Amino acid sequence: MADPMRIRAQAAGDKTTVRVLMSHEMETGQRKDSAGKIIPAWFIQEVSASHNGKPVLAAQWGPAVSKNPFLQFTVKGARAGDKISVTWVDNRGDQRTDEATVS
Amino acid sequence: MRPIWTLVVGAAMLAGTPVLAQKSAADGIAEYRKMLEDGNPADLFEAKGEVLWKQKRGPKNASLEACDLGKGPGVVKGAFVELPRYFADTGRVQDLESRLVTCMATLQGLDATEIANTPFGRGEQNNVTALATYVAAASRGMRFNLPQAHEQERRSYEIGRRVFYFRGGPYDFSCASCHGEDGKRIRLQDLPNLNKNPGDGIGFAAWPAYRVSAGQMWGMQLRLNDCYRQQRFPYPGFGSEATIAVSTFMGVNAKGAESIAPSIKR
Repeated sequence: MADPMRIRAQAAGDKTTVRVLMSHEMETGQRKDSAGKIIPAWFIQEVSASHNGKPVLAAQWGPAVSKNPFLQFTVKGARAGDKISVTWVDNRGDQRTDEATVS
Repeated sequence: MRPIWTLVVGAAMLAGTPVLAQKSAADGIAEYRKMLEDGNPADLFEAKGEVLWKQKRGPKNASLEACDLGKGPGVVKGAFVELPRYFADTGRVQDLESRLVTCMATLQGLDATEIANTPFGRGEQNNVTALATYVAAASRGMRFNLPQAHEQERRSYEIGRRVFYFRGGPYDFSCASCHGEDGKRIRLQDLPNLNKNPGDGIGFAAWPAYRVSAGQMWGMQLRLNDCYRQQRFPYPGFGSEATIAVSTFMGVNAKGAESIAPSIKR
């Protein structure tokens, strides 16, 4: 199981700003190691977020996204106490889901 | 890595130019750094460090919760801003990372020498870095107040001062070559004067930090390792008396400065 994500969700009026910091190497598959061998690609391909179980965000990422990606988005209509859940799936099939409560 | 980073900084500064033509290079960099602050990957290391602090590990299957970082066993908050300091049980002045290794050895039964010889970024060194990040974060916002009551602490300061000014290596550099005066800069990097308190969150008060360009979390030991690499001077070794003394010198000089560790760097 990969390292946990840090999710912060803050409500301001009707809008809730969600900030997610994911722990992932995000190897592009273009780097070479000191022996000259290609370091295999290993990056997050799908990100999805849901609010109280309802999907609110779906993203398809590629090797251009940097290591330890930071994602920020706003959700309309979320209130304090609601649950925001974020899931990522990478090209190796690993995945991680973490949840946070809107403050 | 490096050309891409230079391109990003260039783009950020170019983007700012038409809006505020009077903005200085330093302002542009400060703005770029502000943008990076949100989502500092150091938070991930801090979280990992917290897990490691509480986790039972090693041959003795114990956690580090009884570790004395200078303010009593298990006291984490406020410990970072009083390190390096003298420890009676080891009879020497220790910085955060060497003290963590001491605790990992005495409490958990891990091999201190092996950890010290492990290169940064591998094996247990990663855990030491994460633990150091966690301990530093617990003192975020507090001001440095290293003790100098013990004779060994004063001695460490004096050794540190000599190490700071010691010129050596193929370029005959000392720490003071870059960090000995006010208002110096190398390429686009402002160099703090480490002979005195360089200000809140600057110099000693900014490490451990996450180095974006390397994608790595750096503790003070790795920061010093890189300083010596840039001077083309052999690294004195992880947790060596010389590196601890230099840390004492900088830490005592920074008395009163606010710690922003763990911070984020280019």
